[in-house]
Formats: sequence, C-alpha cells, structure tokens
Amino acid sequence: MQTSERRTALRSPKDIVVAREYARELGSLLGMSSIGATELATAISEVARNALTYGGGGEVVLSQFAEAKRRGIRVTVEDKGPGIADIDLAMKDGYSTGESLGLGLPGARRLVDKFEIVSKVGMGTRVTMTKWAS
Amino acid sequence: MGTSILKQRDYLIATVQSDLSDEEWQQFQDDLVRRIGLTRARAVVIDVTEIDVLDSYAARILGTTVEMVRLRGAEAIIVGIQPDVAFAMVQLGLTLDRVTMALDLEDGLEYLDSIGPRRRHSIHAD
Repeated sequence: MQTSERRTALRSPKDIVVAREYARELGSLLGMSSIGATELATAISEVARNALTYGGGGEVVLSQFAEAKRRGIRVTVEDKGPGIADIDLAMKDGYSTGESLGLGLPGARRLVDKFEIVSKVGMGTRVTMTKWAS
Repeated sequence: MGTSILKQRDYLIATVQSDLSDEEWQQFQDDLVRRIGLTRARAVVIDVTEIDVLDSYAARILGTTVEMVRLRGAEAIIVGIQPDVAFAMVQLGLTLDRVTMALDLEDGLEYLDSIGPRRRHSIHAD
C-alpha cells in the first residue's frame, strides 16, 4: 500500500485552513464525492480548532489508506494539552467549557465514517477520523 | 484578502470569496459593521457562494454579524449557501435560526426590495 502522508503543524487558526485544503486535495485525488470532501473538511475544522483552543495546538496528519478494496482518508489530530477528563460529556451536543457552540466533537463524529478519541489528563488528546472515498 | 464589500443603491453587498481564517472572519465582521454607518446602508447582503466549508466558528461569526447589523439599524440576509455546505452544516448540528436566507444574490436583493419600500422611497424621493 502506498502511503502519502501530509502533516500540518497546528499553531494558529490559519493552519486549520491549510489542513482542510490538504483534505480536499487528497479527497479529489481519491475520487471522494464533493459532499464527502466537504464533510471531512468541516470535521477537520472542528477537531483542529478544539486542539488549538483547548489543547494549545498540535498536529494534523492526513493519510490515504486502502482496506478490503475500499479507499479512504484517515485523519489524526493530536495535541499535548491538558486532556479531556470526561470524554462522554465532551461528546455531548451543546457541551462546552469555552465560548463555542459545543458542537465540535459530537458534530465532527456525525460527519465521518469512523471517529475515535483517546485522551489522558495531563498528556493530551488524539482524535482519529476515517472517511471512505469509495 | 478574500472578502469585498461594495455599495449598490442603499445596500451593501459583502462577498466572502474564499476560505477565511478565523482572523479574517473577525476582520470581515468589523469592516462590515463599520461600513453600515459610513455608507448609511439600509441593508446588507452577505454572499457566501464561494465558501466551501462553514464550520461552527464561521457560523457563529455569521450569526453575530447579522445581529450586529440589526443593532445598527439595517437588515441583513445571507445568500448562496451551497448544497454540500448545507448538508454538512445540518449534520454538524448548526442552524442559523434567526437569520434570513436566500438562494443567491438575485433572490436576496429581490427580498430586500420587497420588504423595505418605505424608507427607500424616502431616500430616493424626487
């Protein structure tokens, strides 16, 4: 399997735009539908903003992968922030510790095919999202 | 920068031309709210046709911009949300409940023409 990986350091909100542009490029390369690419770009925006606002920044890694004749994009957003103490609560619609609408994580989960979150208090948070292209 | 604000009759047409960063959204909001006073615009059309991602941050900025425009005494309407964007926004859980929407610029202008003849007549009175 060919792996082409694109990494974006998350230091400022501008980097969010860069990461989602990469997702669109990779999506069109893999023949992802226009709606699919928009959903993925929106999900990346939400999760990356979370990492920036609450995790103090981090990194977005995009890679393409193939599994059982299907192709897709895998996105990992990682930060070394304070971590999330109660993930179930953070995944609830409308829950926010900041000024946001509290839709970021639960909303992003609805926009992708697979969503996984691992967080350790004091260590950081890693969100892995998968979106099928075919 | 990916935005432009043009005056047309007593309307402001604010076009968001590309994917904006958070700072650019903020700048756009500031400029627009200020320009209402400078131009004495009666209404604002915010055209987002070119936008291909509207996340919760951008939606919040759009919602608060519309509120601010109203507080300045003008009408506001958002036009041009693309089908894919509408699809993603709904799944994300975003609604812009208190905001008037129209399909495109033409429809938006038609709507504004239809709601405010009185004040426009007083401005353009012979």
